[in-house]
Amino acid sequence: MANVEETMKRIESHKGVIGTIVVNAEDIPIRTTLDNSTTAKYARLLRNFTILARSTVRDVDPQNDLTFVRIRSKKHEIMIAPENNNLLIVIQSPCE
Amino acid sequence: MEITHVYAKLRSEFGRQCLFSDRPEEVMVDIHPEPSLASQFILKTRKDQGLQACRDMSEHQVNTERFESNSCGMNHVEGGWPKDINPKDVEQTIRFRKKVEKEENYINCLQHLGSVMEHCIKQNNAIDIYQQYFEEDEELEESSELPSAKTINILRDPNEVKRTITSLSWHPDGGRKLAAAYCNLGFQKNPKDMSLDSYIWEIGGSYGRFNHRGMVLWWDVRKLSEPTERLVLDPGREGNLDRALGAISLEFEPTMPTKFMVGTEQGLVVSCNRKAKTAAEKIVCTYDGHHGPIYALQRNPFFPKNFLTVGDWTARIWSEDIKESSIMWTKYQMSYLMDACWSPVRPSVFFTVKMEGVLDIWDILFKQSDPSLSVKVSDKALYSLRVQDNGQLVACGSQNGEATLLEICSGLSTLQKNEKSLAAAMFERETKREKILEARQREIRLKERSRSEQSREDEAGREDGEDNLEQLIARAENDFYSLVEAEMRRRERREETPQENDVCDEREVQNGVENGKTGDETGNTDLS
Repeated sequence: MANVEETMKRIESHKGVIGTIVVNAEDIPIRTTLDNSTTAKYARLLRNFTILARSTVRDVDPQNDLTFVRIRSKKHEIMIAPENNNLLIVIQSPCE
Repeated sequence: MEITHVYAKLRSEFGRQCLFSDRPEEVMVDIHPEPSLASQFILKTRKDQGLQACRDMSEHQVNTERFESNSCGMNHVEGGWPKDINPKDVEQTIRFRKKVEKEENYINCLQHLGSVMEHCIKQNNAIDIYQQYFEEDEELEESSELPSAKTINILRDPNEVKRTITSLSWHPDGGRKLAAAYCNLGFQKNPKDMSLDSYIWEIGGSYGRFNHRGMVLWWDVRKLSEPTERLVLDPGREGNLDRALGAISLEFEPTMPTKFMVGTEQGLVVSCNRKAKTAAEKIVCTYDGHHGPIYALQRNPFFPKNFLTVGDWTARIWSEDIKESSIMWTKYQMSYLMDACWSPVRPSVFFTVKMEGVLDIWDILFKQSDPSLSVKVSDKALYSLRVQDNGQLVACGSQNGEATLLEICSGLSTLQKNEKSLAAAMFERETKREKILEARQREIRLKERSRSEQSREDEAGREDGEDNLEQLIARAENDFYSLVEAEMRRRERREETPQENDVCDEREVQNGVENGKTGDETGNTDLS
């Protein structure tokens, strides 16, 4: 439990990180540093996105699996780490 | 009642045709209807019946209960909370969350994800991986063609006895004519019937000839009877003929009429001033760089301060200001370089010819370690080289009197964008580097001198110095021979390598002469 806290704190303190969200298998945001409505939006949208991404990867090659998703937009970058249907989402703005 | 009719026939009458005859009818039997029997008659009802040979089946119809369905959209706001938890109740949601956070699975999972994510975050922070490179130079006109040279023509010595072409020169305007000077470079090998002619070749085949004794001295064109001036090339500047150096090549830049440079047999380049009064002042400075005679010496047509020399097995580029060493040089080639010249169109391109008959085209802005293009022009040694003023035609003269004309591809003979500034920058850079090195050398020398002056073992030091000299020479010889032998052994081993990899390894460990070799050999053993 403490490890998890430590890890999350470390991630959140990195340069450029705007927010982090942890979503569990039932689409419930367990832990978040953003406000509720934004969290709910992100969780819902990115869950669908990840499912689509994973199915794409596995469709092309069944032996393959999704390990990481990065969405780079003009303003920032959304990084999603999926595992066991849990999702760790981090939004970081690039530092030049 | 039986109705029968019996007739008899004679046997002899069997088979006879039947003769029929009419006779009146006879009533045989007469049955009258009896009305009493009519009452006994039963009338049956008629019936139609269809018949088929199959199984009996029956048919039913049933209607199920109606099910109402409706399609509409739904807005999913919150995640899939379990039924018992009301999403609007903050307390309940918090409690649920806390419960999930305590799960073992969740903890492990998140730790792993955390490390993965951190890696990517750090990556993002370190470098902008979506950076647009080369935004400014959007249009890159790279010539994707490989450098090439095409042989156009080979002009052969029309005489029977083949002589070497020692020098070539293009006609200044138009560049259609090429003058070739022949002489026999073999020591005392002048056969009696060798002609002393030189030829002017016109590209197209025809030629004219005129006699002149190909010597390189200082001639005034108006007074061809004797040289106007002689200059004795003595490094000590004393005008001493005994110590004079033999001159091999001469460089004269028309824009700087007072200065000229001479390349000598001993590997020195002497820069001289024509206008100086005394012989001593005529020699301005010397540049020492080659181990052998300097066969070619030419200033860069775009940067007159830099000149190219060719001698022994290297080509060197010098800057006038740096007298200690050349600013750039090629690595030691496999055979002697006989001639070189700059390209008149591109400041960073120069050509060299070698003893093994190869013409090298070097582009120092593109690659400095190797020539950009190597063309094997002939099997005989190439002794001379000249580029035509348009930079596209090159003439090479070989040992057996053949002058080969090559056309260089446009990539190597057209001025590229920024080439002049890039070449200028490069020469500047190399000059600066040499200057810094020179300064450093001077510092070190000063320090050593001051140190040795302080020590009292001056005389002993001087004697040791002389002994050391001999020892040094002996040591140098030994080193040289051992290196040559090691190299030869390495060459033989490389030919046998596929079979003897393990043996090579052992030999490698024992043989501690060259450290560089282990690099090669490990490469080879990887193949096994």
